[in-house]
Amino acid sequence: MRILILGLDGAGKTTILYRLQVGEVVTTIPTIGFNVETVTYKNLKFQVWDLGGQTSIRPYWRCYYSNTDAVIYVVDSSDRDRMGISKSELVAMLEEEELKKAILVVFANKQDMEQAMTPTEVANALGLPALKDRKWQIFKTSATKGTGLDEAMEWLVEALKSRQ
Amino acid sequence: MIKKFDKKDEESGSGSNPFQHLEKSAVLQEARIFNETPINPRRCLHILTKIIYLLNQGEHFGTTEATEAFFAMTRLFQSNDQTLRRMCYLTIKEMANISEDVIIVTSSLTKDMTGKEDVYRGPAIRALCRITDTTMLQGIERYMKQAIVDKVSSVSSSALVSSLHMVKQSYDVVKRWVNEAQEAASSDNIMVQYHALGLLYHLRKNDRLAVSKMLNKFTKSGLKSPFAYCMLIRIASKLLEESEGGHDSPLFDFIESCLRNKHEMVVYEAASAIVHMPNCTARELAPAVSVLQLFCSSPKAALRYAAVRTLNKVAMKHPSAVTACNLDLENLITDSNRSIATLAITTLLKTGSESSVDRLMKQISSFVSEISDEFKVVVVQAISALCQKYPRKHSVMMNFLSNMLRDDGGFEYKRAIVDCIISIIEENPESKETGLAHLCEFIEDCEHTVLATKILHLLGKEGPRTPTPSKYIRFIFNRVVLESEAVRAAAVSALAKFGAQNDDLLPSVLVLMQRCMMDSDDEVRDRATFYMNVLQQKQKALNAAYIFNGLSVSVPGLEKSLHQYTLEPSEKPFDMKTVPLATQPITEQKTEIAPVATSKLPEKLAPSRQDIYQEQLSAIPEFQGLGPLFKSSEPVQLTEAETEYVVRCIKHTFAGHMVFQFDCTNTLNDQLLQRVLVQMEPSEAYEVLHYVPAANLPYSQPGSCYTLVRLPEDDPTSVSCTYSCTMKYLVRDCDPNTGEPDDDGYDDEYVLEDLEVTVADHIQKVLKPNFGAAWEEVGDDFEKEETFALASVRTLEEAVGNIISFLGMQPCERSDKVPENKNSHVLFLAGVFRGGHDVLVRARLALADGVTMQVTVRSGDENAVDVILASVG
Repeated sequence: MRILILGLDGAGKTTILYRLQVGEVVTTIPTIGFNVETVTYKNLKFQVWDLGGQTSIRPYWRCYYSNTDAVIYVVDSSDRDRMGISKSELVAMLEEEELKKAILVVFANKQDMEQAMTPTEVANALGLPALKDRKWQIFKTSATKGTGLDEAMEWLVEALKSRQ
Repeated sequence: MIKKFDKKDEESGSGSNPFQHLEKSAVLQEARIFNETPINPRRCLHILTKIIYLLNQGEHFGTTEATEAFFAMTRLFQSNDQTLRRMCYLTIKEMANISEDVIIVTSSLTKDMTGKEDVYRGPAIRALCRITDTTMLQGIERYMKQAIVDKVSSVSSSALVSSLHMVKQSYDVVKRWVNEAQEAASSDNIMVQYHALGLLYHLRKNDRLAVSKMLNKFTKSGLKSPFAYCMLIRIASKLLEESEGGHDSPLFDFIESCLRNKHEMVVYEAASAIVHMPNCTARELAPAVSVLQLFCSSPKAALRYAAVRTLNKVAMKHPSAVTACNLDLENLITDSNRSIATLAITTLLKTGSESSVDRLMKQISSFVSEISDEFKVVVVQAISALCQKYPRKHSVMMNFLSNMLRDDGGFEYKRAIVDCIISIIEENPESKETGLAHLCEFIEDCEHTVLATKILHLLGKEGPRTPTPSKYIRFIFNRVVLESEAVRAAAVSALAKFGAQNDDLLPSVLVLMQRCMMDSDDEVRDRATFYMNVLQQKQKALNAAYIFNGLSVSVPGLEKSLHQYTLEPSEKPFDMKTVPLATQPITEQKTEIAPVATSKLPEKLAPSRQDIYQEQLSAIPEFQGLGPLFKSSEPVQLTEAETEYVVRCIKHTFAGHMVFQFDCTNTLNDQLLQRVLVQMEPSEAYEVLHYVPAANLPYSQPGSCYTLVRLPEDDPTSVSCTYSCTMKYLVRDCDPNTGEPDDDGYDDEYVLEDLEVTVADHIQKVLKPNFGAAWEEVGDDFEKEETFALASVRTLEEAVGNIISFLGMQPCERSDKVPENKNSHVLFLAGVFRGGHDVLVRARLALADGVTMQVTVRSGDENAVDVILASVG
């Protein structure tokens, strides 16, 4: 199984990756390029690619789209200013032919922050309800606190299983 | 997969290399499996190997295909196969410069360099540094600092070596890692210590004081690593050399003390450093030489080789010191390692006495067929040096060389032999006939066009002047029958020279020429037709001008003039005298044999310095109509080196005018000079026509201004003149911080040194390969002769040097070289006087009390003759 973790810079992608892999919060630096790790969840093995979110790195995302089963799209729920950019990156990505069949899980991350938007607000800001022909779900998460990740992975595993 | 390859290879019968017939496109096609999941490490490994193999074979990868392959390769990072990962590092390093966006692997490499797998860490650092530029480097700076002091030696070494590479592009960043490097320098690991020292040195190498402080510290505290010791020795000897001080400094003491180090490597390095030092005294040399002597009898071949190679190199510099090792060197003659034996023999040849030459030559010929070309060249070089030292031994040498010439060997080797024989011929007139005979035999079966044409040219030059010229004709004509176009053409030219010089051979040569006129190649036919017609005129002057001495114009200049002529059709025929002359390269007549085998690059037909000046000057409207540029002098400094303004002058001579080009540099950062010109006050009847000022002269940007002078027409013999020069300009002071000039300026002037115009400025050097023919060609219509006494000159060499530099003419027939122990000498000089007349000078010199000189001048123009005699007087 091949999963991509995408999203703007500073959304918490790398933290989520290592939280999933080793169950701990590691100190991260901005990802220049990618991190790739094997994550085992409920006896399922995933090849998880965390791609850097900086503006200069985003053009390279497409190099890693092929054979992807699911995309975890991470959003910083407290970053209201850049919600629009986040939406346009998501829309552009979902239009890619190679990702037509990929399942989409949105992580409304950084829920521990005070000014965080609710998952519904995030979903609306990203225009998720308008998506057609796409299996998707949104979860509220906090990678540093470790909340919400289990529910999200649970749903993802079921969704992948049911598709097989 | 691999099996299949082997099988295919066996079928095609192409040796054992499974990668021999790789197709780039096929390999890139295969590389698509990198995108598949799951990854098959074995297959991917094999494909990466193929890619790296192709890259190392010099296969060109386009940016797009390289980038595509690179990104596909990045997907292999999901595999944890150790071998595959390390292969990825290698691929990253190989593709770092040909693929785009290689920074995509930055995070992955950073993770590997800081991770737990030690086998990944070193290689990851090396790969990361290859894809990182100055801006990105700051992002990984923290990790680099940690890696330098890492306790795993391979990690530390990798970080140090990578830092050393980064110094070139990111000096300022790497400089901040000095403390970490210092710490690494006290490591217990010998490699880490060595690499740390290397980095420290390269960070400080531009700061002499810092380097000597560092040396001081390490020589006191001592080091564990022999490699680091060797490096310290090199740094110390470099410092010593730069300071040019005596050898009583602590640095020398340090190097000397290393002769007693317990590591052979260090001992050798120290000995080698000492013997290579300039001006070493015998006492200082002795311990170093005795170390090398000891190594000569070491059971280790590498040590013997190092010692004998070092002795060989310094044999000419310190003959007496090396002679002390003669006995040991004698023992090495029969060394089973042929490289050692060759070096031993050639060293002995360099230092040995005349009597031992025969024995050594016999020895070396017993195994010369067993050594590689490279060492054969060393042997030839030794022979060449020997011939200079013992000219009387030339017959032994010549014999030996001719045998070598007959053996198999590559181009470099054969060329070394041919060059050596030619230089022997030039040095020893009595060896000429034997030498030419050997070369004749060689070209009968010579596969190298360059050598064949070179020898044919030599035969044409020297053959006709031998007692029996006819015997060379057969060898030359055989070439016309048997060889390629280039060789045939060269043979035709050589034949013509025989016909031109030897009247009794002329009828036969004409018959042969007739035959050449039916050649299938255009060039050969053209040459034959041309020479045929010239020879049939039977005029000495024609022969001299068109057969012996050829064209002396600059080829790019001729091309340009002809092009110009076709653009502007004119009734007048094309005048060769309007073409600028070729400036003689100084190396034309080599006075000593430079290392014969150094590979000379084929001479490019680049425009000469003078052609460039011609171009620049003709772009200035005031100088149009001066005609072609006749000669440009070397730059003359008109200021001291470190003054406010630096001015140098180049004198350009035209048919009736001179243009003085002043290259000025303003070294004051608080001034902008404007309207700069150099005012000239001539001492003679020279008329300053025009000044072309330099509009602006900002700080440190050189600019040129020009002065145009008319040469006196009524007195053509007045060729020398002194000018007092003053630079005049408008100064505008500038704010030294912003460089903004003030609005107002003031006029100022600066007195320069006087500028001399001498007779040499009116004469261009021209080489006449056959001076005698040229002498006859010019004839004695305007011949004049005078005798002078040069009282202040003590030797013939000095007199010859003075005359050449004073007249600025080209010595011919190697007459600039005065044979030893002679009391008289004849110097032949050739040149072209301004206006295009050949001038030839024959100076007979006799040494008595001072030097007496009888000068005979010939030219087609009486003025030129008068000018020369007047200026010599």
